[in-house]
Amino acid sequence: MSARALWLAFRSGLGGRQAFSTKVNLQGSGRITVEVIEHLERLALVDFGSREAVARLEKAIAFADRLREVDTDGVEPMESVLEDRCLYLRSDNVAEGNCAEELLQNSRQVVEEYFVAPPGNISLPKLGEQESFQHS
Amino acid sequence: MLGRTLREVSVALKQGQITPTELCRKCLSLIQKTKFLNAYITVSEEVALKQAEESEKRYKQGQSLGILDGIPVAVKDNFSTSGIQTTCASNMLKGYIPPFNATVVQKLLDQGALLMGKTNLDEFAMGSGSTDGAFGPVKNPWSYSKQYQEQRRPQSNRKREGTDWLIAGGSSGGSAAAVSAFTCFAALGSDTGGSTRNPAAHCGLVGFKPSYGLVSRHGLIPLVNSMDVPGILTRCVDDTAIVLGVLAGHDPKDSTTVQDPVKPFTVPSLSDVSKLCIGIPKEYLVPELSSEVRSLWSKAADLFESAGAKVIEVSLPHTSYSIVCYHVLCTAEVASNMARFDGLEYGHRCDVNMSTEAMYAATRREGFNDVVRGRILSGNFFLLKENYENYFIKAQKVRRLIANDFVNVFNSGVDILLTPTTLSEAVPFLEFIKEDNRTRSAQDDIFTQAVNMAGLPAVSMPAALSTQGLPIGLQFIGHAFCDQKLLTVAKWFEKQVQFPVLQLQGLMDDCSSVFENETLPSVSVKQ
Repeated sequence: MSARALWLAFRSGLGGRQAFSTKVNLQGSGRITVEVIEHLERLALVDFGSREAVARLEKAIAFADRLREVDTDGVEPMESVLEDRCLYLRSDNVAEGNCAEELLQNSRQVVEEYFVAPPGNISLPKLGEQESFQHS
Repeated sequence: MLGRTLREVSVALKQGQITPTELCRKCLSLIQKTKFLNAYITVSEEVALKQAEESEKRYKQGQSLGILDGIPVAVKDNFSTSGIQTTCASNMLKGYIPPFNATVVQKLLDQGALLMGKTNLDEFAMGSGSTDGAFGPVKNPWSYSKQYQEQRRPQSNRKREGTDWLIAGGSSGGSAAAVSAFTCFAALGSDTGGSTRNPAAHCGLVGFKPSYGLVSRHGLIPLVNSMDVPGILTRCVDDTAIVLGVLAGHDPKDSTTVQDPVKPFTVPSLSDVSKLCIGIPKEYLVPELSSEVRSLWSKAADLFESAGAKVIEVSLPHTSYSIVCYHVLCTAEVASNMARFDGLEYGHRCDVNMSTEAMYAATRREGFNDVVRGRILSGNFFLLKENYENYFIKAQKVRRLIANDFVNVFNSGVDILLTPTTLSEAVPFLEFIKEDNRTRSAQDDIFTQAVNMAGLPAVSMPAALSTQGLPIGLQFIGHAFCDQKLLTVAKWFEKQVQFPVLQLQGLMDDCSSVFENETLPSVSVKQ
């Protein structure tokens, strides 16, 4: 439970940003539903943090929508400008290494030769859950 | 000595007119004097002096490594440098010390170049002003030039407050300011949508974006893998060619570098342009283009024509969709690339420890600025299962149309395209921050990003000073992997226009006092 409380504090108040809650009435195109916002925040592991950020996304989408005007029937998507060239893959042999110690030095938390992560089987609370938690 | 070109100073080193250590100390002292420009995030003084010492030994023994031996250079802070902090101007990577050198950095060091420091940028190279980094904005050296001080429109109030300085352009603004203010002879930038050419135009430099696949990206912290290239900023075309000659070529550590053998890049002096066909893309004549840039662009075309070149109007019909397409592809690749920053193996890590996901999320909130977070969210939106086809794949299709536009024009007999680099000269910082980063980038990258989508080489050349005394750049675009031909034409243009040298001397003292009067100049004016 204390973990949840911490998470909430982090979501709602850090840095003086206004928490983004389900109650925010979205201005603009209104295309971005609360579900989408929540989904994106989980996928990106980045939160919107403010109404302005949602408005920015809506503007970005409106801008991207101009692509619809282009006729792309029968056009193949282009992934790389080098698509018509043979690209070289080196053989899968170890060419360098033995730098574990050096690499570990850039990590904030290590034990012996391991990176340390917090418990991994707890997913982010849903916005709805947070609210009910907040009210309880 | 510092005002010379790379080639000139290299001759001076060879002839013993100056030693690498003396040259290094001169540059370090100028870096200190121009600290208020905020061009450098890290000045690697000790490393540079040690490299200079070694270079000096080589010169004494007559075993110099070549033209770059003992030459001070700077590197944008999104290239990994072994043992030297590499931040991408982000809190996420403050204090991060890479265990390896980017291939391009290694190649410079192998030639004996002196690494003066790591230059400032927009956070993770996302921006067009060098105003959106964790270490504050870069100031354009031309703000303090004799030319601008004499010509500009009077704004006495701002002048008194010390807030009337101009943006350097971006995102490689630190590299541009460093070269332009004579603190080094060449600098590496990166170019995803114009990030080398834009600041080059604003700072009166040659800003070169090589063909995609010619120069290794290994160790360049990726923004958009399918468009990123290392860029080169110098004060003249010959210097760019020297650096390109060192950097170009296949790298086993970057599978997207092509294996074609690279010959040394010598750029001949063109005496006859009569066989050249210069294309002027009519879609680049947009209403937002300032009249001064427009007339300069047309003068440049006249210059070629009067020298006997064929100058024709051409069409790149999908140009107006290019910036939109770029926006979708860029944010999508950013969303994917930024996923690596989770706080576990390197970089910033927050104090939240109740779950891995909570730790990731809090780390990323603290580590990234609004611009980066915004692009990550947009990118994730365009990549959602229900949007993937309509936005991401659609943009990839439009990308092919844009690339084909260029192919068609070049196949019709055009050798080089001539366009503006930016809509106008550099604007004051206070003017610039009135718009948000996305809007700004959409305006500022308008002439530059299509080239990245097509993988073509392009160079921004300083063309003339505006009536305000500020540099205006024009862009030359070449066929893929015809980088040498592009630079040859650029060199001819350079010779014709005789772009004036930035006059900072004599104003240096005033600049120092500006710096002393301001406490934390970069932070106090942050938006």
